[in-house]
Amino acid sequence: MEDIPKLPLDHWIDDGLDFLTDNFSFLTKIVSRHLEDGIDHIVEGLMYFPPWVMIIIFALIAWRLASYKMGIFTVLGLSLLWNLRLWESTMETLTLVIVATFIAILIAIPTGILAAVSKLANRIIMPLMDLMQTMPAFVYLIPAIPFFGLGTVSAIFSTVIFAMPPTIRLTCLGIKQVSPELVEAADAFGSTKTQKLFKVQLPLAIPTIMAGINQTIMLALSMVVIAAMIGAGGLGGEVWTAIQRLKPGMGFQAGIAIVILAIILDRITQKIGRGRVA
Amino acid sequence: MEKINVVNLTKIFGSHQEKALRLLDKGISKDEIFNKTGQIVGLADINFTISQGEILVVMGLSGSGKSTLIRCINRLVEPSKGQVFINGTDISTLDRNALLELRRQKFGMVFQHFALFPHRNVLDNVAFGLEIQRMDEELRYEKARSALKLVGLEDWEVAKPSQLSGGMQQRVGLARALAVEPDILLMDEAFSALDPLIRGDMQNELLTLQARMHKTILFITHDLDEALKIGNRVVLMKDGQIVQIGTPEEIVLSPANEYVQKFIENVDKSKILTARSILISTDIIASPTDSPQAIFTNMQDNCLTRILVVKSDNTLLGTVSMEGIQIAISRNEQTIANLIETDVPTATINDSLKILISILAEWRWQLPIVNEQHKLLGIVNHHNVLAALK
Repeated sequence: MEDIPKLPLDHWIDDGLDFLTDNFSFLTKIVSRHLEDGIDHIVEGLMYFPPWVMIIIFALIAWRLASYKMGIFTVLGLSLLWNLRLWESTMETLTLVIVATFIAILIAIPTGILAAVSKLANRIIMPLMDLMQTMPAFVYLIPAIPFFGLGTVSAIFSTVIFAMPPTIRLTCLGIKQVSPELVEAADAFGSTKTQKLFKVQLPLAIPTIMAGINQTIMLALSMVVIAAMIGAGGLGGEVWTAIQRLKPGMGFQAGIAIVILAIILDRITQKIGRGRVA
Repeated sequence: MEKINVVNLTKIFGSHQEKALRLLDKGISKDEIFNKTGQIVGLADINFTISQGEILVVMGLSGSGKSTLIRCINRLVEPSKGQVFINGTDISTLDRNALLELRRQKFGMVFQHFALFPHRNVLDNVAFGLEIQRMDEELRYEKARSALKLVGLEDWEVAKPSQLSGGMQQRVGLARALAVEPDILLMDEAFSALDPLIRGDMQNELLTLQARMHKTILFITHDLDEALKIGNRVVLMKDGQIVQIGTPEEIVLSPANEYVQKFIENVDKSKILTARSILISTDIIASPTDSPQAIFTNMQDNCLTRILVVKSDNTLLGTVSMEGIQIAISRNEQTIANLIETDVPTATINDSLKILISILAEWRWQLPIVNEQHKLLGIVNHHNVLAALK
């Protein structure tokens, strides 16, 4: 093996990325600046009200969308976070998750639809997603920096890539598993492909798509700690600082905060998905 | 008038249809073609027509190709060969848009497992076809409501399909098909998933609706009783081919082969056979102008205790009995005008044996069969009813 020269795969990738950076980074930098501003505004907005007001709002949302038990859990959980002086970090993390999820859904649902209706698209998209999901998440961080600079936007970029696949997959699955008889009924009445998609296939795929979105949110949340390494801040930043200073107490404290946030987001989005089934 | 005309329709499933088509032309069997080429023959050389206002039932067991056939009529399945003409237009020549337009305007389809959209309420399900036609909401709902009324579900507009029983769900399915006011109803095993009692109700309801609407209906079933009950004509299919086409009566009376014979063995013939098929003509009749003496001789020659009295234009007037004649002779009367008993029961040629039997059970003599003008067409008696049911 020593005799065969090494394939310069790393150089090829670097060259490719360099090319993209040289030619497009002016664009991505603009996007980055605006997105960063937007995110700051959201965080400021969430911080504008005193935490107890926000806690009541979150609890009401959890109660209406999930259950009264979830409402109580939200009050207790978020109050604990407030008490632990983690309120601002939590809001930063929440913003990051929401923005990343929003962008991921915006890309993932049309992509999932495309994969469901076109065999060719399916053949291209599915292996790409295997790649996206199995590639160690850290790797995405490296090229993100030249494009978007250190900070939240790079974190969101890598989070979107990492968190998108479940929504793509489940959108595709949801559309494909609509009963053939219903699809046939839509055809028999003379539906165009678009009518079939929007009047029959997508509405019936919603519970499955919601399960995908739920998974995307969970993956986005799991990415925030990793993203903290490139300066995303928030609860992940707390954990990252704790690692660097070897402070287990501080680390667990932020870890528990992430778990509480995860439970609230998970239960609420799960219920939205199930509520549609009936 | 021919509404649907199916000419040499053939459907091969598989990716090398040409080869299979060539073998099929040589008269090689379905099984052999599958073994040689791996191609499945779904339909082989199907020909039939459906007239405006007719109910044609295609009956066959699973795998006989009947579901493929109904889907070739609106091109949900593309035929491999042959033509389907709707109102004289060969639909295989239509482009995508014209085909969609044809499906929207001409066809209403009803499915075996109802195929109602679970995310839409009953009214929106019924309005689906109209929505696809991009009809505006007000008119769409108005038409959907009148379709729901036709099937008696006007109070269930806002219910979800899952809240309804099977029979009610299929009524919604029927209303959805009727809402687009199609010329042609395609019914794919529409009642097969229903309980027997409900199925019978739905069959009757379809016939009642049809008497009012005169749609052209292609109905698919695997149930021969159902086929014979609702079909004006029945197409019997086996292995992608037509075994026999005929009226229910023709099929029961003269099955084309053993396969059909086996099917009709368990059929209740008394419901299907009508007076038409067992009618016997009779010339032993009396005219109201005959003298009692002549009638007496006539009856004695034929060993009769009663005789039909028929005018010269064949109108049935009634009967006279031997006793009546004897009294008339003894009183030396010249005509039988006062003797005619007019309370004789009659039946028409379209009455089923079942009806004839119920009349004959009460009436000890032969039963005259008449047309709408009360003209005598012939008679049936206890003996030939029994012989037909043997």
